[in-house]
Amino acid sequence: DHFGDRLIIKGGKIVNDDQSFYADIYVEDGTIKQIGENLIVPSGVKTVDAYGQLVIPGGIDANTNLYSPQKGLNPADDFYQGTRAALSGGTTTIMDHVLVEPGTSLLTAFDQWKDAAEQRACCDFSLHVDITRWHEGLYEELETLVKDKGVNSFLFFMAYKDKYQSSDSQLYEAFSVLRDLGAIAQVHAENGDIIDEEQKKLLCLGITGPEGHVISHSEEVETEAVYRAITIAKQSNCPLYVTKVMSKSAADVIAKARKKGMVVYGEPITAGLATDGSHYWSKDWAIAAAFVTSPPLNPDPSTPQYLTSLLACGDLQVTSSAQASFSTAQKAVGKDNFTLIPEGTNGIEERMSVVWDRAVATGMMDENEFVAVTSTNAAKLFSMYPRKGRIAVGSDADIVIWNPKETRIISANTHNLNLEVNIFEGLEFRGVASVVISGGRVLLEDGKLNVTEGSGRFIPRKAFPDIVYKRIKARSKMAEAHGVPRGNYDGPVHDVISMTKSVPPTPTTRGPPCPKTLTGPRNLHQSGFTLAGAQIDDHIPRRSAQRIVAPPGGRSNITSLS
Amino acid sequence: MSGSKNSIPHLTSERLLIKGGRVVNDDQSFYADVYIEDGLIKQVGENLVVPGGVKVIEANGRMVIPGGIDVNTCLMKSYLGTQPVDDFFQGTKAALAGGTTMIIDHVAPQPGDSLLEAFERWQEAADKKACCDYSLHVDIPQWNENVKDELELLVQDKGINSFQVYMAYKDVYQMTDSELYEAFSFLKQLGAVVLVHAENGDLIAQEQRKILGMGITGPEGHPLSRPEELEAEAVFRAITLGNRVNCPVYITKVMSKSAADTITQARRKGSVVFGEPITASLATDGSHYWSKNWAKAAAYVTSPPLSPDQTTPDHLHTLLACGDLQVVGSSHCAYSTSQKAIGKDDFTLIPEGINGVEERMGFVWDKAVTMGKMDENQFVAVTSTNAAKIFNLYPRKGRIAVGSDADIVIWDPDSVKTITAKLQQSAAEYNIFEGLECRGGPVLVLSQGQVVYEEGKLHAQQGTGRFIPRKPFPDYAYQRVKFRNQVKRKQGVTRGIYDGPVYDVAPTPKYITPSPSAKTSPTSHQPPPIRNLHQSNFSLSGAQIDDNIPRRSGHRIVAPPGGRSNITSLG
Repeated sequence: DHFGDRLIIKGGKIVNDDQSFYADIYVEDGTIKQIGENLIVPSGVKTVDAYGQLVIPGGIDANTNLYSPQKGLNPADDFYQGTRAALSGGTTTIMDHVLVEPGTSLLTAFDQWKDAAEQRACCDFSLHVDITRWHEGLYEELETLVKDKGVNSFLFFMAYKDKYQSSDSQLYEAFSVLRDLGAIAQVHAENGDIIDEEQKKLLCLGITGPEGHVISHSEEVETEAVYRAITIAKQSNCPLYVTKVMSKSAADVIAKARKKGMVVYGEPITAGLATDGSHYWSKDWAIAAAFVTSPPLNPDPSTPQYLTSLLACGDLQVTSSAQASFSTAQKAVGKDNFTLIPEGTNGIEERMSVVWDRAVATGMMDENEFVAVTSTNAAKLFSMYPRKGRIAVGSDADIVIWNPKETRIISANTHNLNLEVNIFEGLEFRGVASVVISGGRVLLEDGKLNVTEGSGRFIPRKAFPDIVYKRIKARSKMAEAHGVPRGNYDGPVHDVISMTKSVPPTPTTRGPPCPKTLTGPRNLHQSGFTLAGAQIDDHIPRRSAQRIVAPPGGRSNITSLS
Repeated sequence: MSGSKNSIPHLTSERLLIKGGRVVNDDQSFYADVYIEDGLIKQVGENLVVPGGVKVIEANGRMVIPGGIDVNTCLMKSYLGTQPVDDFFQGTKAALAGGTTMIIDHVAPQPGDSLLEAFERWQEAADKKACCDYSLHVDIPQWNENVKDELELLVQDKGINSFQVYMAYKDVYQMTDSELYEAFSFLKQLGAVVLVHAENGDLIAQEQRKILGMGITGPEGHPLSRPEELEAEAVFRAITLGNRVNCPVYITKVMSKSAADTITQARRKGSVVFGEPITASLATDGSHYWSKNWAKAAAYVTSPPLSPDQTTPDHLHTLLACGDLQVVGSSHCAYSTSQKAIGKDDFTLIPEGINGVEERMGFVWDKAVTMGKMDENQFVAVTSTNAAKIFNLYPRKGRIAVGSDADIVIWDPDSVKTITAKLQQSAAEYNIFEGLECRGGPVLVLSQGQVVYEEGKLHAQQGTGRFIPRKPFPDYAYQRVKFRNQVKRKQGVTRGIYDGPVYDVAPTPKYITPSPSAKTSPTSHQPPPIRNLHQSNFSLSGAQIDDNIPRRSGHRIVAPPGGRSNITSLG
């Protein structure tokens, strides 16, 4: 049956993003029906024991790529494997990216993704749509996606030159449209032009291994694009979500922009929080290639800690995994040329443990903030709150019982992905999901994962999420620019009839640039222009090249003003 | 020195002794006399032994400083076929009257023009008209292969070591990031300094359209369509490009606090970047764009625009004083009101340019030195010496020392004047500093050892200015770059050849763009795939806990996951 069991979760400490408290939870029909002590529940209800553990809203992984092919290669972990791994790590909702290849229909791609996920996914899912070639003709499809299909977030690429990259003009236009529709603009922020040049340079130098990836995708290239994306979003007054914040300086740019009042959000990923880019120089090609993702992991070993601390203080808001699995054989397509290595790292399964271990267990973050960055913030930003991201009456029964004392050691031998390499291999993390309930059904218990292919539902999302759009709406009203009411300038105008050939026409001309005031007689003495008049050097002859048809200065008629 | 021949007649070997002054260089001040012969400084010191009959100038303890260098003027930059009202004669006269004895003008060819021809036109005009020494930057209106040869020629034979590129003016001068990267790389090889007009032209074009669409056509549309963020963004991007290419970057016209802060932060991180505020951004602000008087508002139109934030000038002075910004230019480009009125119905058509060549040094003194932000040595540095160093004119220019050109100013820190268009040298009928009071100014100006300005009177002679050629690889900008080239050489990892399984990508779907940068064909020479799962000795693979779970049907693996990583061939 679609609806889950009747459950009572007893004795745990409920942790939401705002507070923690001890209470029992009664779940029926896949939703939370009661919260409190000494609940009156029907008999025959299954009891889940949560004594000594935390009861948290199931995690939301806001960035997965379980179905997007790269260079014709399908990910090694699809919606089934991927969501299975997600569930085993305590994530009960994923938001997958629909990659729409240039020239194809957004709606078709969306339907294709949704079908695939509905058939295969074991947990609830929602979809972002990635737009790889912006043109105004997309407006109708966008409107349909936002208004009818439940998509409120669209990703644009500032990298992947000549393939997916959007220009600043395109981003501005697209952001303006998204703002009007009430959607969130996401960006893959890297300067594709520079990357392209650096890739060419490196290949010429004979650097073909995975280290070339990180050298050509330098931190600055990411930071620059983040800065630019924020500038564009500011100009178009559109909320911005930066996916995959991988470096300290990129994170700093976001933090600073937020201090200036920008509506911008940053998403570090599992890999960026738990490991670094030193592995690109591994002598083992397969290991080095496994780390290839864009923006790359930063070679600076202090990066993970720094990102974690920004996450803890609220400067970054959402953790995701950016899960995209490609097997070693798939990665090996780029064995002679790092630019051909399919990009992607794992992290869907480890995400919540990584945040707990690196942030909560180290004392940087409290358990409430942990819930916020792994679940609630994403739910709020992407309009799933309070259905997701909160333990409250009426919310979906996506619940995780979290054991902070248990640890686990990551290994490709034991993880739930098809992938044969795990970039966190050998790392030990404190904090493990001991019970996972999705849609009211217990899917993980006593170390046993019991998922059903195709049980995941599509979660449609509404436009204009409050947390994002309240400020945007207020600013739209405020930001109206006003012109200065002046009389018409009726002074002399220089004659530009003899334009030189090389001057390109100005594209934005609204009216005729030089109306017929040119023909007037030379009325130098009648000039009423206040700041002109006799000059001390009037006796000095002006240079011969001057072609003035009317005197300098001129009248500024402001009598018509009210 | 192709321009020097016609200026020789003026170089009468006048001998001059400046007595009793306090020589102020960028590093120190000291009391000394300065003896000048043949347009050069021959002796500096006390009790100099000089020939008889020497003209003596009594400095009476006043400051004797190196003549100012204005690194940013546009005296011949045409707009829709019309020329600025201040040409090389008017412009350099104004410069001299303000204590500036050298200008570097921008050669501004249109897209498609030959850079070399444009350069020659500029040089010819300046040789005929300029009253002080000059040099030239060349603006690159468009990046293409043909430009490269001309650039090489300009650097190697013509004495040009600085070129301007534009990040604004979409569809006209604007370069893409790829083009900028190439241009930076090429100019770096030549040892030139890259000047950047930093504004995001894509966004400006969008904003202009929006603002015109709202019915705003007056000069206030200019700053509204070019908000400060767009300047700061482009500065950030230019610096990123400079860092990636490892090339010195010089930001012309730093007009806003955030752009200046971006430069400051980049310098803290070690970027070789220089920033140039201009007279206008140091002395006034963008509130005038909202003036009810169209002509006045239009007079302020320049790009990037003056910031409407009234705390901007003070902030820029502070950064200039502490060395975070280095050079003061003027960006002098004077258009008459009737020329500005070409854009009376559409602010995007207003020719851009403001005055400032005459007022430049005075305002730095007034707003930085008299306010106690900056000392006199730093004043010399930002108005003269730093520019000479960055653009390879040092120590011929920018210093009072034996052997340097006798471009000398006697500076009076106490003189006060009120700026007005009526008293200016410029031919423009409007002065954007109208009515502002300014302390500090030149009493006497020497150019090439000749008194060209004294007690308010100009004795400048048209055509006396010489073209000063500049060599590439100025130490001040390039020393660090050279070392970094050596240190930052990129190296790959020596690995054995990956001989594990490779996924078959033959049936590429139609929409995949072929990778343009593929050096070798990645997969065509693979050995015939053999499924040798059990022979794999790839260290991270092996038995998987879920081996019993069937893989999904979509797999098209032609060889096993994992694979061998052969590192036996390593030395």
